Amino acid sequence: MAETPAVEAPDTVQERDRVTIRFAGDSGDGMQLAGNRFTDATAAFGNDFSTLPDFPAEIRAPAGSLAGVSSFQISFSREIIHTPGDEPDALVAMNPAALKVHLSALPRGALLIVNADAFTAANLKKAGYASNPLEDDSLKDYRVVRAPITSTAITAAQEVEGISGPNADRTKNFFALGLVSWVFDRDIELTLKWIDDRFGRIQDGTVAEANKNALRAGVNFANTAELGDVHVRVAPAKLQPGEYRTVTGNEAMALGLLTASRLAGRDLFYGSYPITPATDVLHELATYRHFGVRTFQAEDEIAAVGSAIGASYGGAIGVTGTSGPGVSLKSESIGLAVMMEMPLIVLNVQRVGPSTGMPTKTEQGDLLQALYGRNSDSPVCVIAPQSPGDCFYAAIDAVRISLQHVTPVILLSDSFLANTSEPWPVPDISQLPTIDAPLHTDPTNFQPYARDPETLARMFAVPGNPGTEHRLGGLEKADGSGDVSYDPDNHQLMTELRQEKIDRIANFIPEIEVDGPEEGDVLVLSWGSTHGAVLSAIHDARAQGTQVSSAHLRFINPFPRNLGDIVKRFRTVLIPENNLGHLKMLIRAEFLVDAQGINKVTGQPFTIREILDSILEHSPRN
Amino acid sequence: MVTQDKPVIDIPVLSKKDFQSDQETRWCPGCGDYSILAQTQKMLPNLGIPREKIVFISGIGCSSRFPYYLNTYGMHSIHGRAPTIATGLKLSRPDLTVFVITGDGDSLSIGGNHFIHTMRRNVDLNVLQFNNQIYGLTKGQYSPTSEIGKVTKSSPLGSIEEPLKPIPLALTTGATFVARTYDTDPKHLADTMEQAARHKGISFVEILQNCNIFNDGAFRDFTDKPVRTERMVYLEHGKPIIFGDDSDKGVALRGTELEVVAANDPDVLIHDATRDNTSLANMMALMNYPEMPVPVGVFRQVDRPTYGEALDAQIADATAKRGEGDLASLVRGGNTWLVE
Repeated sequence: MAETPAVEAPDTVQERDRVTIRFAGDSGDGMQLAGNRFTDATAAFGNDFSTLPDFPAEIRAPAGSLAGVSSFQISFSREIIHTPGDEPDALVAMNPAALKVHLSALPRGALLIVNADAFTAANLKKAGYASNPLEDDSLKDYRVVRAPITSTAITAAQEVEGISGPNADRTKNFFALGLVSWVFDRDIELTLKWIDDRFGRIQDGTVAEANKNALRAGVNFANTAELGDVHVRVAPAKLQPGEYRTVTGNEAMALGLLTASRLAGRDLFYGSYPITPATDVLHELATYRHFGVRTFQAEDEIAAVGSAIGASYGGAIGVTGTSGPGVSLKSESIGLAVMMEMPLIVLNVQRVGPSTGMPTKTEQGDLLQALYGRNSDSPVCVIAPQSPGDCFYAAIDAVRISLQHVTPVILLSDSFLANTSEPWPVPDISQLPTIDAPLHTDPTNFQPYARDPETLARMFAVPGNPGTEHRLGGLEKADGSGDVSYDPDNHQLMTELRQEKIDRIANFIPEIEVDGPEEGDVLVLSWGSTHGAVLSAIHDARAQGTQVSSAHLRFINPFPRNLGDIVKRFRTVLIPENNLGHLKMLIRAEFLVDAQGINKVTGQPFTIREILDSILEHSPRN
Repeated sequence: MVTQDKPVIDIPVLSKKDFQSDQETRWCPGCGDYSILAQTQKMLPNLGIPREKIVFISGIGCSSRFPYYLNTYGMHSIHGRAPTIATGLKLSRPDLTVFVITGDGDSLSIGGNHFIHTMRRNVDLNVLQFNNQIYGLTKGQYSPTSEIGKVTKSSPLGSIEEPLKPIPLALTTGATFVARTYDTDPKHLADTMEQAARHKGISFVEILQNCNIFNDGAFRDFTDKPVRTERMVYLEHGKPIIFGDDSDKGVALRGTELEVVAANDPDVLIHDATRDNTSLANMMALMNYPEMPVPVGVFRQVDRPTYGEALDAQIADATAKRGEGDLASLVRGGNTWLVE
């Protein structure tokens, strides 16, 4: 068994403020796993960080093919950061296909670690290389480390008696991780422990020992090879004091829904049909049985939302989670919930569309669908979380509004938020305000469509309560009694009341805050997952002497009350979106301002540079 | 032994009137739905369940207006989806008695997927399917149960579709209570619906229902009073399957086929609704006039754990094993670190 090498800093250490690393390999190479282990070590070290997993929709695309490349990017810093980084400082390419797909993202002079063993004639051909890039001069602009990752990992793994060939081969991601851990000064102790916890009980512990050997071998390789010139250190960041954990958007969403149900004192019911990238929320909630959470894997998207409506009707917190194609299927049911004025949470973890689109890639293309994707005037509340950790708070906001205003709420997350992770200050549950939304129980003068004078929320009584028996449905309701009504004036009134009820939510949400001057030349107005890139771009623009303001929308329907005043105070309102201009259209329509879009629909989140360039372009020259 | 650990609550005895809502019934005069509504209102008090604990959820179609006419909780939802809403309600509120009111188009066409999955899961719901073999509310198009050759506005040259048979479909899904009744035998109708309501698990009742406007007399050939004893057979658990004006005919299995034989034939089948194997029930469900008598009654009634019971057992089991969930600790997650 190999000894754990000490990760000693060599004499020449580069101190850096921020480093971005990308691991890339076949979808079966374990790049997500390696990335996540590096992330945990980074969290433990005390950097701020942000990650960007990027993987194909195919579980196992043909080995060595361009389509099968999976990657994981992490950016870590001594400063507070908000994005997973623009350009990587280092790329680990486990095969020619990974190199081919990701090399264009790598700036000149960056560190390139390649698995030399994988550059065989067959793999080069699959990746479309006419000649071996390790042998011609096509990589001369990079600092290339040619590491025999596969063979060295296998040799290290095979020191463990009884390890199978395939299991030895599967240790190569840990070898790569060991190598990178040495270069970027990450402790491997946490990963060694993780391997024991994860694999310790499999095949008498041989799998764990083999992977630990490979990890140590990676460190040793880096230590003994002449890599001294690339040893890099990023000092810990000065995060706000407190207790932190790593969280992805989907994890935070599940935790937020559960927490909200506790704050409201109601049961949580989650009806869902598996769909990328929302499924992890179902997976997470399915492990909360001991919290009394009921998850239901429905036969389709429509059954999923139907079951959530049924649960809400009975007084639980009915939630359905999906992605855009699923929302398309649920539209009629959401309309029913609007007509019945029923609490309901619809989580849409957006992905590239239309139709099946690119299931694992990110987009914000469902905003107009959330607002208008139903027949007739059918207003719902729409909330969009702005960071992975904010998914927790957005879920609580959604439940609060849904119960107190007796309305469906659509939560718009996206694939980027769902999968990206960041250090997250652990919330103190005991300090969160309760959600006060009692069910109506008094039979005296009960009318299902009698309304609260402030919110216009209707009287919400549920089955089981004596004396308030009533019938609901998708037919138009008479004001007050809720009886079926075809009266023309009543429909006019009810249509206006449903809209007014949503509009009045603006009285119960915070006003939008402007970061920077309250008026001026350029306001960057963002929503959803673009928040981090915008924040960083604003910071960089100011550092370059450009005065610019920003504001971020979490509540998109209704808009915060002061939004109209704010956008009218700027000569240019710049709206970055991962769509072709949904919010831009809404802002123009609502406030008659000449909003300009920054629109990116490549399936990737914005880089800071892209937003910065647009800010500079729209700012007056000094 | 059942021990009574709850205080005895004085539940007022309810009558049919207690279940009538103040809404004017708006089906066509002469519609079979009136009979089903009346028998439902008459049957409900027998269950001894407080009115507020009863919920009727329907889809879309003539039959789905049903909940408006009952003074219970109710929801007239969207086309085909009632079972999904009922499932969510029942799983989160096991204390309620939930009925699904649906039609042949609602449950077998647009809602076909929900129908089969709701059946196989054995959710404790009572599904009453009003089968009139026609689309009534959209004014007379052929339905998934219409016969081949059916001339309607959307099939002026006759339907070219093989009809779907609800009972065999329900049996195939493994449904634990499967029955058929019809609108013009009030006693059998009320009795069958009551048995369905009392069954723990999914109950499916096909109710042959006459649409006197768009498909009048669809079942008349065998349900009309003068002919029904000769052309229908009433299935009763534990009793021989016999019929006829003089109870002189029986049904027997000969080879791989069911045949009509003399009532005193030793091969006459004794109806066993509790049989696990559904093959025989399926063969009986396929008996049709004029070759065979049309069976009504309970085809199958077996005892299985319900979906809700299994779900609640998982919750109880997980809570017993891991202790009641500690939210603060869950939110902290496995790995945390302190920033000073």
